[in-house]
Amino acid sequence: MSRYVVRRLGFLLLTLLLTSMIIFLITQVLPGDPARVILGREAGEQAVAQLREELGLNDPLVVQYVRWLGNFITGDWGTSYSTGTEIRPFVMQRLRNSMMLAIVALLIAVPLAVFLGVWAGLREGKPADGVISVSSLAVVGLPEFVTGLILIQLFAQRWPLFPPNSSIPVDATFREALPMLILPALTATFVLLAYIARLTRAGVIEELKQPYVRTARLKGLTGSTVTRKHVLRNALLPTITVIAISIGWLISGLIVIENVFNYPGIGRALLFAIDRRDLPLMQAITLVTVLIFAFANLGADLVYAWLNPRIRLE
Amino acid sequence: MSNQSILTVSNLTVAYRRDRDWLTAVRDVSFNVAAGQTVGLVGESGSGKSTIALAIMRYLGKNGRVTQGNIDFMGRDLVTGSDADLRDLWGNHIALVPQDPLSSLNPSIRVGEQVAEILRQHENMSQNAANARVRDLLSMVKLPDPERVARSYPHQISGGMQQRVMIAMALSTEPKLLVMDEPTTALDVTTEAAILDLIRDLIRERDTAVLYVTHDFGVVGRICDRVLVLYAGDLVEEGTASAIYHRPNHPYTRGLLASVPQLGQSKIGFQLQSMPGQIPALGERPEGCVFAPRCPVAVDSCATWPDLATSANGDSRVRCHRRDEIADGSLVVDYSAEMVYAEGNRHTDRDTILTADNVAVHFPVTRTMKQVLRRDKPDLVKAVDGVSIRVEPGRTLGLVGESGSGKTTLARTVVGLTGRSSGEMVLLGSELPTGLKGRDLETLREIKYVFQNPEETLNPYLTIGESLRRPLMRLRSLSRREADAEVARLLESVRLSADYATRYPRQLSGGEKQRVAIARAFATNPALLIGDEAVSALDVSVQASILNLLNGLQAEHGNAILFISHDLGVVSYLADDIAVMYLGHVVEFSSAEMLLQPPHHPYTEALLSAIPNPDPDQEQTAILLSGDVPSAINVPSGCPFHTRCPRYLGDICREEMPPWRDSAEGTRIRCHIPLNELRSEQL
Ligand code: SF4
Ligand code: SF4
Repeated sequence: MSRYVVRRLGFLLLTLLLTSMIIFLITQVLPGDPARVILGREAGEQAVAQLREELGLNDPLVVQYVRWLGNFITGDWGTSYSTGTEIRPFVMQRLRNSMMLAIVALLIAVPLAVFLGVWAGLREGKPADGVISVSSLAVVGLPEFVTGLILIQLFAQRWPLFPPNSSIPVDATFREALPMLILPALTATFVLLAYIARLTRAGVIEELKQPYVRTARLKGLTGSTVTRKHVLRNALLPTITVIAISIGWLISGLIVIENVFNYPGIGRALLFAIDRRDLPLMQAITLVTVLIFAFANLGADLVYAWLNPRIRLE
Repeated sequence: MSNQSILTVSNLTVAYRRDRDWLTAVRDVSFNVAAGQTVGLVGESGSGKSTIALAIMRYLGKNGRVTQGNIDFMGRDLVTGSDADLRDLWGNHIALVPQDPLSSLNPSIRVGEQVAEILRQHENMSQNAANARVRDLLSMVKLPDPERVARSYPHQISGGMQQRVMIAMALSTEPKLLVMDEPTTALDVTTEAAILDLIRDLIRERDTAVLYVTHDFGVVGRICDRVLVLYAGDLVEEGTASAIYHRPNHPYTRGLLASVPQLGQSKIGFQLQSMPGQIPALGERPEGCVFAPRCPVAVDSCATWPDLATSANGDSRVRCHRRDEIADGSLVVDYSAEMVYAEGNRHTDRDTILTADNVAVHFPVTRTMKQVLRRDKPDLVKAVDGVSIRVEPGRTLGLVGESGSGKTTLARTVVGLTGRSSGEMVLLGSELPTGLKGRDLETLREIKYVFQNPEETLNPYLTIGESLRRPLMRLRSLSRREADAEVARLLESVRLSADYATRYPRQLSGGEKQRVAIARAFATNPALLIGDEAVSALDVSVQASILNLLNGLQAEHGNAILFISHDLGVVSYLADDIAVMYLGHVVEFSSAEMLLQPPHHPYTEALLSAIPNPDPDQEQTAILLSGDVPSAINVPSGCPFHTRCPRYLGDICREEMPPWRDSAEGTRIRCHIPLNELRSEQL
C-alpha cells in the first residue's frame, strides 16, 4: 500500500507541474498586454514599456515561468491587476466560501443519492426502481440555472423559506451563512444526486450478480445482513470514488450556480478575473482549482485502494 | 448407518423464461438421496444438471421456476417453503459447494470471518467461540497454518486453498445434505485429487447425503455411489456408478463414455467415438426422445417420449425405447461413422520442424520503492527456464503441466506473442526471430495456432468466409476467386457445410467456432500447428470430434503439432511424444506409448496417479503432493520439484539441478534418483 501511495503522489506532482505549465502558457497567449491592462488605455507607450520591464514581462518565458511558480509555491501570489490588492487572501476567502457550499451540498446529496441508488438497485426492474431511474434521468438533463431558478421561484418567492440571493458578507460565519447556502446546495445536489444514485444502483446490481452473494444468501443470512455486510461493501467502492471526485467539482466547478445565486465562491472569482483580464488572479485561481481537483482524485484513489484489499495488500 | 432418505425429488420440472415464453430446462426428474450416499448428476453443458442443483437450493433466479413436482428435504417442502424456512435450512442443514471458489468468496472480507458468520447465525456462537471453531474447521480441511488463512483475504490464497475454505464453510454446521456443483473443475489435477480425497473422507465420517454435479466420469468413479445421467433436461439413465460405467444402456451414456480418452488409450490403437451434432438449445428440444437427432440407433417409435424403465439386464433405469436390445447385446451402438483418423500419409523422414534450445522467458517484476532506492535488481518471474524441445513432421508433441508450469508461455514464444529472454529456436532449418515483428510472411505462414477460446481469434464483425479468406489472400496471395473456392474446401475439411461461410461467429456453437479456428489455422497448410488448450473449453462429445479432426488433418497433410493441455488423458491420446513440465522446466520426455510404463519422474508419477479413474470398482490411491506450486519468482534451487517431491533425497535435490537420465525405452527423466530405482513405483 505504501508503495502505491508513493507512486500516486509522484503522479500527482507530475500532473500538477504539467498543468501549471499549461496554465502559464495559455495565459501567455491570451490577447491583451498586462501592462496595458493595468495602466489603462490612455497611458503612453513609454509608461507601458517601463511597466513591462518592471513586471519582468520581457524576460524569456522559462524565466517567467520559474519565477511565477516559485512565487506561487512560497505563498507570494502577487497582486491583482484590477483591484490592486493581494491575491492570496482574496482567493483563500473565496475558497472558504466554496468549501462551505460544497460541504452543505455533500451532506444533502450523498446520503440521499446512496440511499436511492441502493434502494433502486436492490429492486431492479420493480416499480420503485423505475420511478427512481426515470426521475434521476429527467433531473440530470436539466441545466443548473434552470433548477436554480425553479428553486428560487418556489422556495424564495412563493414560500419565502430561504433568501433568493446568496451574496454572503465577507466575514459571515458558517452558521450565519447556512440559510443562504441551502438553495445553491440543493441545486448542486440535483446534478450530483442523479449521477451518484445511478452509479450506486449500477454497482449494487452488478454485485448482486456475483457468486459470493449467492454464497452469502445460502449461508442462511437474512437479506439485510447480506446487503449490508456483503453487497454494499463492494458495491459502494465506485460510488466512493465518484463522491471524492465530485468534491473537486463542488468546490471549484459551480460557476453557473454561484452566478445564479450571486454566491461569492471561487467560480465567480474566476469569472471576475477573466472579465478584467486579470492575469495573475486568473493564474492563481486556475492553479488552485487544479490543485483541488488533483487532490480530490488522489483522495478518491486512496480511499478506493484502502477499502479494496486486493489493492491494499499488494 | 441408516438409508434414511434425506432428499426426495419427484417429477421435478423447471422452466426458464425467455421473453414471454417459459422454456422447459428440466423435465420430470425424480430421484432420492439417502444419508451417507453420494449421488452424481452427470451431463454436458445444457443438460440441466446445475439447474436441478439450483432448484434444490431454490436459487433459480428471477427467470427460473419450478413448474411441477416436489422437492422434499426431510419432510420439508423446498418448493413451497417460506423464505424464513429456507433461511433456517440454508447453511444449517443444506449447504452448497460451488464451482468457482474465488468468485464465491467475498473479495473484501477475511476468509475466517466468512466462515464464522455461519456459526454465529446458526449455532448462536459468540464471536470468540466462532473464531476458535473456524480454526478447527480450517485444520479439518487440512489447511496449513489455519490462523494465517483465517486472517487472509480470498485472493491471497491459492485456488485449492479457497476450495478447502468453501468445504470448511459448507461443513461447519454439519449439514444433512451437501450439494456440490463441479467443486474441482477449476482446479489442477493434483489439487483435485487431494480435494476429492478430502471430500470423500469428510462425508463418510459424517454420513452426509451428497448430490454431486459434474461432467467428468473420472470424478464420478472416484466419489459417487449412484449416477444420474442427464441430457437436455431429461434424466436418461440412472444406476449404480459401477453399472453405469461398465454396462451403460442408453446410447447417450455409451457415447459419452466412449468420447473421453482414458489414460493409456492412444490415437493409434483406439478411436474416440464422437457423437454428431450438439445438445439442443433451450426451447428447441425435440418432442419425443430428446436424444433422437444424435442417436445412431433411432427408429420411428423414437418420436414418442420413452419411459424411464429398468433395462433387461436389471442394471439401470433407462429412458430409451431400445433399452432391452442394448442391454442384452443384440443392438450395438456405434458412433464410428464420423471417424477420420487414418494411418498412412504420415511423414516418416525424421527431419525436425522446430527445435528450441535452452529457451528461457523471464519477466522482471516491478520493483518496490525500497528496491529502486537500494538499486536492487528487479526480481524475475522465471516462467520458462531453460527448455529444449524438438517437434518432428507428422508428429504431435504434447506439452502437459499444471497451471504455472510455463507450458502456455513456451507456446507463445513459438508463436511469437511472447519474447524469449534467451535460447535459440530454429524453424525448418532457419533461426526463428523472437517476436512477431521480426518474422517474414513465410514464417508466419508456417506457424499457426488454435487457442482455447476461438472468440479471441475470430473477428465478430467478419463472416466466417471473410475470416478464412484473409490469410489465404495475404499469406498465400490467392486471388479473390481462388480464395473463395479454397474457403469452401477448408470448411468441408473441418466438416462444416459451405454455407457457414456467410455466417457470423455468434451464430455458431463453441465446437463449430473451434472448427473454424482450425480451418483457419490449416488455411496456409502450416508446417507447425500449435494448439493451446484447444479442446479444454468444449463439452466432451464435441471435444472428441475436434481431436479426431486434428488427427485426420494431420494424417492428411503431415503437419507437426505442438499440443498444450492440462489434461493428461487428452494429451496422451493425441500426442506421439510427451513433455511434462513443472515450474518452467521440462522434467520428463516420453513417447505416448511409454507414458504409463515406469520409470517415471516423481512428478509425472504423482500426476498420473492423480487422474481420476472412472472405474468405480478400482481402488485408486493418488500420490498427494504437499503444498502448492511455488511461485515462479522464487523457483526452488536445485531440482525445482524438491519442495513437494515425495521421493526427496535430501541435500543433493536441494542443491544440484538433477541430470537427464535416458532409459532404454527412450524416456528421458531429470532426477537424481537412478532409473532402476525410479522403475519401482511407490504405489
Ligand atoms: S429412444 Fe430412440 S432415439 Fe432415443 S436413445 Fe433410444 S433409440 Fe435413440
Ligand atoms: S531430483 Fe530429487 S527432488 Fe527432484 S524429482 Fe528427483 S528425487 Fe525428487
